[in-house]
Amino acid sequence: MLLQKYSKEVKQILSKYPPEHKRSAVMPLLYLAQREEGYVNKEAMQNIASLLDITETDVASIIGFYTLYHDKKAGKYRMQVCTDLPCALRGADEFLENLCGNLGVKVGETTEDGLVTLEEVMCLAACDRAPMFQTQGPDGIEYHEYMTVDRTMELIEALKQTEKESK
Amino acid sequence: MAHILLRHRDIPDFNKLNVYKKNGGFAAFKKAVTRMKPTEVTGEVTKSGLRGRGGAGFPTGMKWSFIDKNNWPHYVVANADESEPGTFKDREIMESNPFQFLEGLAIGCYAVGANVAYVYLRGEFWQVAAFLDEKIAEMEEAGFLGENLFGTDYSLKIYTHLGAGAYICGEETALLESLEGKRGQPRVRPPFPPSYGLYGKPTIINNVETFTNVPPILTNGADWYKSIGTADSAGVKIFSLSGRVRKPGNYELPFGATFRQLIYEHGMGVQDGRSVKAIMPAGASSSLIVVDDKVLDTPMDYSSVRTVGSDLGSASVIVLDDTVDIDWVINKTIHFFKHESCGKCTPCREGNYWMKNLTDRIHAGTGSDDDVKLLLNVARQMQGTCLCALGEFSTMAVVTGIERFPQDFKKKTKA
Ligand SMILES: Cc1cc2nc3c(=O)[nH]c(=O)nc-3n(C[C@H](O)[C@H](O)[C@H](O)COP(=O)(O)O)c2cc1C
Ligand code: SF4
Ligand code: FES
Repeated sequence: MLLQKYSKEVKQILSKYPPEHKRSAVMPLLYLAQREEGYVNKEAMQNIASLLDITETDVASIIGFYTLYHDKKAGKYRMQVCTDLPCALRGADEFLENLCGNLGVKVGETTEDGLVTLEEVMCLAACDRAPMFQTQGPDGIEYHEYMTVDRTMELIEALKQTEKESK
Repeated sequence: MAHILLRHRDIPDFNKLNVYKKNGGFAAFKKAVTRMKPTEVTGEVTKSGLRGRGGAGFPTGMKWSFIDKNNWPHYVVANADESEPGTFKDREIMESNPFQFLEGLAIGCYAVGANVAYVYLRGEFWQVAAFLDEKIAEMEEAGFLGENLFGTDYSLKIYTHLGAGAYICGEETALLESLEGKRGQPRVRPPFPPSYGLYGKPTIINNVETFTNVPPILTNGADWYKSIGTADSAGVKIFSLSGRVRKPGNYELPFGATFRQLIYEHGMGVQDGRSVKAIMPAGASSSLIVVDDKVLDTPMDYSSVRTVGSDLGSASVIVLDDTVDIDWVINKTIHFFKHESCGKCTPCREGNYWMKNLTDRIHAGTGSDDDVKLLLNVARQMQGTCLCALGEFSTMAVVTGIERFPQDFKKKTKA
């Protein structure tokens, strides 16, 4: 259970908000809940709802509203390429297309080994460093800027390697 | 000129507490708490002419003076949602000059009598939030945050809070809803946050860059600050320059610097030596400016940018060169707004759905002249009917794109 497993983190999160407004903790708790599997499962949703005295429907509607919360399993890392206007003016669309070709997946699909899901996202406040993407994975979110397809493939190789070693 | 906001570019290791302190850091906060009344702090900020850097340019001191003194506790929230396409200045401040931002936030808290502040960061700024948490802990350790500051009875805690990927949470009332643990949808106003904000309590919300201006104002005085910039836009601004320029990036310039200076002196001109076709001075929410020599020599301040048919907003200057087709540009901006509309009100939700369908068709080359007319109509009908400014923003590039660059649409449509 979320509470037992991460009791220290949960306590620390709750301490940020007035006790009578503990509902504010729902967003940080959801990040905690999806840390391991990359999505929020049913049990975690129940946990959070009862901890904060809100309904499961409330929790589900919050997951649905925000793009960084997920209720379904995907690749271990979500590789989220920015193709918004400023990045697109600096080659982001071509970058994404070439990356798709190299990885053999379309936007929204996951590589066969289940490591990477390729996604397209809106501006990430790095428009001067395009092409760029973020990876959302077990260790949080990381930015990768001034990218080329070659360097991206190297990054994926490195992720694969760590994955093998951890098994 | 030495930087006032991006001081880390002049002083190495400026994001280290001892370096910041050695260069005058926290003196302004100490002066405020030990030698000034809260109303005097607000008075100084008002006198400086500082206007909010989040987009609307609202006078900061005036906002602080609106805080309801009959309802307690008070809160202050720093808006670090930074999601307008083309904007990347708050991130640089927080990563490289975090203490000046946090000191400004602390001074704001003292001025309005808040003992708790939140920094609401967009969820993607995960690493930035972790970094700020470290810096906040260092300030607590050094006695700049916590109980009984500088031996007075004033106490202050600052917490970070991560959003989770929703542009609308940059709108201040949606941000408050989100911070309360709800879906980030704007509130009906009035009441405004200075009387009814976080948890229904009086709350002041300012942009990261706004707060970062406050320590130098208190240190050097309102008159000094007002002497920089133009009559209606005091001080300096960080311009986020992006698009088809050779050297995109953040440039701190006094208000009143021209587009030409920004693009050609700082941005090193347009890629491949081409010419500028259009400028979007406020990110994806901009009215498109048709560029000629006169426009390039326009001073970048709040009133002058209006004279060329746009708004300075958050000063995220996107440069479009003469190879860029405007039907493609509005297809991109509508793709963004359709995705980011929170769905609370019908004109914005439905309007963006239709605008998306129409721009997709037009951009693909399968649209007609009538589709362009319909698109313009949908956008015009949305104007003035939406609950929050996002709805309005979504129509700006569409309306001005079609009206000011008709040839780009003619080219794309069959009659
Ligand atoms: C759709 C929308 C998005 C916004 N995004 C931001 C943002 O990312 N950062 C910001 O500071 N202000 C943003 N604003 C403006 C805020 O609502 C608010 O005016 C601002 O934070 C006030 O701070 P200031 O007075 O210091 O500018 C946004 C407004 C709207 C309507
Ligand atoms: S205008 Fe759009 S974003 Fe704003 S409240 Fe209405 S639906 Fe939501
Ligand atoms: S448009 Fe890609 S980071 Fe801003």
